[in-house]
Amino acid sequence: MPADLAIDVHDLTKVFAKGNVRALDGLSFSTPAGTVLGVLGPNGAGKTTAVRILSTVLVPDGGRASILGLDVVRDAAAVRRTIGLAGQYAAVDENLSGRQNLTMIGRLSHMGRTASRRRTEELLEQFGLTHAANRSLKTYSGGMRRRLDLAAALVAEPPVLFFDEPTTGLDPQTRQDMWAWTERLVREGTTVLLTTQYLEEADRLADQVVVVDHGRAIAEGTPASLKADLGTTVLLVTLEHEEDGQRAAALLAPLGSHPPSVDGSRIEMNVENGAKAGSEAIRTLDGQGIGVIGLVLREPSLDDVFLQLTGHRPEDEPAPAGPGAPQPTRAGVAQ
Amino acid sequence: MSVGVLDAAARRHDPTTLERARWLVRDSLTIAWRFLAAMVRSPESIAFSAVQPMLLVLMFRYVFGGAISGIHGSYVNYLMPGIFVQTVAFGSVVSAVGMAEDLQKGIIERFRALPMARAAVVGGRSLSDITRNGFSVLLMAALGFAVGFRVQTSALGFLAGLGLLLLFSWAIGWGFALLGLTVGDPEIAQLATFPVLLPFTFASSAFVPVSRMPGWLQAFAKNQPVSEVVNGCRALMSGGPTARPVLIALAWSLGLVAVFAPLAVRRYVRTD
Repeated sequence: MPADLAIDVHDLTKVFAKGNVRALDGLSFSTPAGTVLGVLGPNGAGKTTAVRILSTVLVPDGGRASILGLDVVRDAAAVRRTIGLAGQYAAVDENLSGRQNLTMIGRLSHMGRTASRRRTEELLEQFGLTHAANRSLKTYSGGMRRRLDLAAALVAEPPVLFFDEPTTGLDPQTRQDMWAWTERLVREGTTVLLTTQYLEEADRLADQVVVVDHGRAIAEGTPASLKADLGTTVLLVTLEHEEDGQRAAALLAPLGSHPPSVDGSRIEMNVENGAKAGSEAIRTLDGQGIGVIGLVLREPSLDDVFLQLTGHRPEDEPAPAGPGAPQPTRAGVAQ
Repeated sequence: MSVGVLDAAARRHDPTTLERARWLVRDSLTIAWRFLAAMVRSPESIAFSAVQPMLLVLMFRYVFGGAISGIHGSYVNYLMPGIFVQTVAFGSVVSAVGMAEDLQKGIIERFRALPMARAAVVGGRSLSDITRNGFSVLLMAALGFAVGFRVQTSALGFLAGLGLLLLFSWAIGWGFALLGLTVGDPEIAQLATFPVLLPFTFASSAFVPVSRMPGWLQAFAKNQPVSEVVNGCRALMSGGPTARPVLIALAWSLGLVAVFAPLAVRRYVRTD
């Protein structure tokens, strides 16, 4: 296998006997050291299953995966000395203080007593938790808890980090902080695998993005190339009369990178230059006597990526809406 | 960036058996510390866990003491070893509830991804249970002495009895940890322990002589681990033939560890 890959995943499959769910169905991706890989997908796409396999918590049914050349099944013990895990499923101990939690993780990572204490103080300082270090986690806010969770992943200074939906449900400020910390870690040479439901997050942090649906990679590339495929802006026009739909779509088609989709009186399309396309759309429709009652321009969301790549919208359970998440304007998409 | 890859060989190196044993001990102590530190942070939990066994001593001593007859010597001397065993058995419920809680909250997920010894998560918990149970038993013994409990043998016999008790509590701790890991829900885990605990502690020689029970029940009550451990402790603290009951009690405890410890650890490391 190429020696410079930090994470290398080949054809992973995993079926959960309970419910006979095929969580992973031939998932492959890889990322070089010192980069951020964004794994983008809706709830139930298999992102967490992939992270659990990479962190040796689950054993795959088929395929293989390695971290810095270490096989996640054969060299599981060595992989555990190489990785850090943070995010929705990696918890901390509620009954201990922040300081006690970090020291415990240090000791369990087989650091010496002094080293784990020193590292604990460093991290408390870095994440602004020094003032609350001796308080029980029960008194921590959601944002403080996530910061501690991230700190816990960094205790042993692992070269590879897995962040499983690190900002789902976070307030915008902590979300921004989280992004800044991740960028800093990567500058220092760490490799980060980040799963997310938010295109915005992948766009901001990831060097490479893998889009996952039904346990399989359906697209891979830089955020820029994915967005280029999509068009940069979504133009949404609501017509006065539903019967004008098809005619209006045909008139607007030249403005977009792909043919518009029509849903009753609503027309949706991806365009390169939002402002220009918007004013042109109004002019065109007006010129043809087609009444417009609404026009919205917005950044493409994960839904748009999906619509584009698969022709269907993410059809799993509704995603928990993060406060900073892109707000889709289409009703009934991510309710 | 091939720095990390060069490290791979170093990271891959397999620890020797001695290193493994050292990590197992150290990691278990760290996990045991985790629970003891949490207990210290929560004085109310210490207070309440102390009140219950003390109330039990008083209730059995004064409520049932007068009504139970046919016992050679004083009832309080008969009762105390029984109540010790009952308390450590009920105290082990914490293992079931705690393991289920750790599983549910996701901290086990983090432990599984750490390079720590695999057996330490369950092993460390049972170590802390021994400490907590030891504390309860000492409190009860102190109260017992105040209400008339007297060791008929020797200080050494008393300490040996405590040792036997704590060994038993450690043994059932593994069983309950397995239960908690299997059930995976703290409330259900708690409920699930009672159908096990009630028959074993009450249909036993802990509070009344088995000979007073109906014949069909005697067959169970005489030959189950709680009775055997109570008999062992009673022999060590109150006298009578000692070797046989103590050996049987030891065999039960070690047997339970031999069965449940591997099962609990296997359940913990399960990766499917």
